[in-house]
Amino acid sequence: MKTIKIFLIIFLFIGLPQLKSNEKNDNLKNKILKNIRCLICQGQSVYDSESDFASSIKLIVDKKIDEESSEDQIYEFLREKYGDWIIYEPKLNKNTYILWLSPLLLFLFGGLIIFKKLYNQK
Amino acid sequence: MNNKFILIFFLIFLSFCFIIFYKGLNNSNTYIPKISEEKNIPLFKAKDFNSNIDITSDKVFEKNSYYIVNIWASWCVPCRKEHPLLMELSKTQSVKLIGLNYRDKLKNAKKFINELGNPYSQILIDNDGMLAVEFGAYGVPETFLIDKNKKIIEKFVGPINQEIVEKIKLIIK
Repeated sequence: MKTIKIFLIIFLFIGLPQLKSNEKNDNLKNKILKNIRCLICQGQSVYDSESDFASSIKLIVDKKIDEESSEDQIYEFLREKYGDWIIYEPKLNKNTYILWLSPLLLFLFGGLIIFKKLYNQK
Repeated sequence: MNNKFILIFFLIFLSFCFIIFYKGLNNSNTYIPKISEEKNIPLFKAKDFNSNIDITSDKVFEKNSYYIVNIWASWCVPCRKEHPLLMELSKTQSVKLIGLNYRDKLKNAKKFINELGNPYSQILIDNDGMLAVEFGAYGVPETFLIDKNKKIIEKFVGPINQEIVEKIKLIIK
């Protein structure tokens, strides 16, 4: 009985970090897959799709995570193969300046109008 | 004066939104691959269709030769349609055809080749579709033309036709 207890404790000590690392990898994998567009499906991410293309991409992402590639490196790999379209959240570049900066500019402009109105009321 | 300025800004903003949405609605929401971009061939290791031995990309593609990589599968109907054209291309001396058997059963693939002929100098097995992703493909059939510097210079999505065959012949001449 004592031996079994010792074995269980050793197993937990060895197994727990491994389980934690697997959970971390699974979370990263799901996060990436939800941000990748399935190119042959209508409005579905690779995470949601069961198509051949999606399952190949899932395997590629799995392999890249095992090779310890970072999230950005995986996106870059896919972007190089399929272009910006494959990523739901586009990177900031000359084609996406308006997309990223217009909400900020509008927010600042709105804030300016409110500030001016409040200042004039005083 | 102040109200006039806000009104003008509001109108400019509305026009801007209208143009963006109008342009966005006209854009296609399906993936259109870039086919004119030159890319290096990917580095990979795959199993040979006939011998089942692992082979690297360096061994498959030699310098100073044109290659055509064709992604095919026995279950793919358009692949059957383009096969006679691949047979025609295989007679050209200046180009070697490499087949990439995509997500297929070996038995069915062999039957397909025996039935329709083998245009390929080498066939690689891509059981999980990962090799096709390395090439930037997203379906079958897809065909890539690789130049003497190991660069992908043309990509043809879908079955090739006579026009494409003529274009390839012109490039490799």
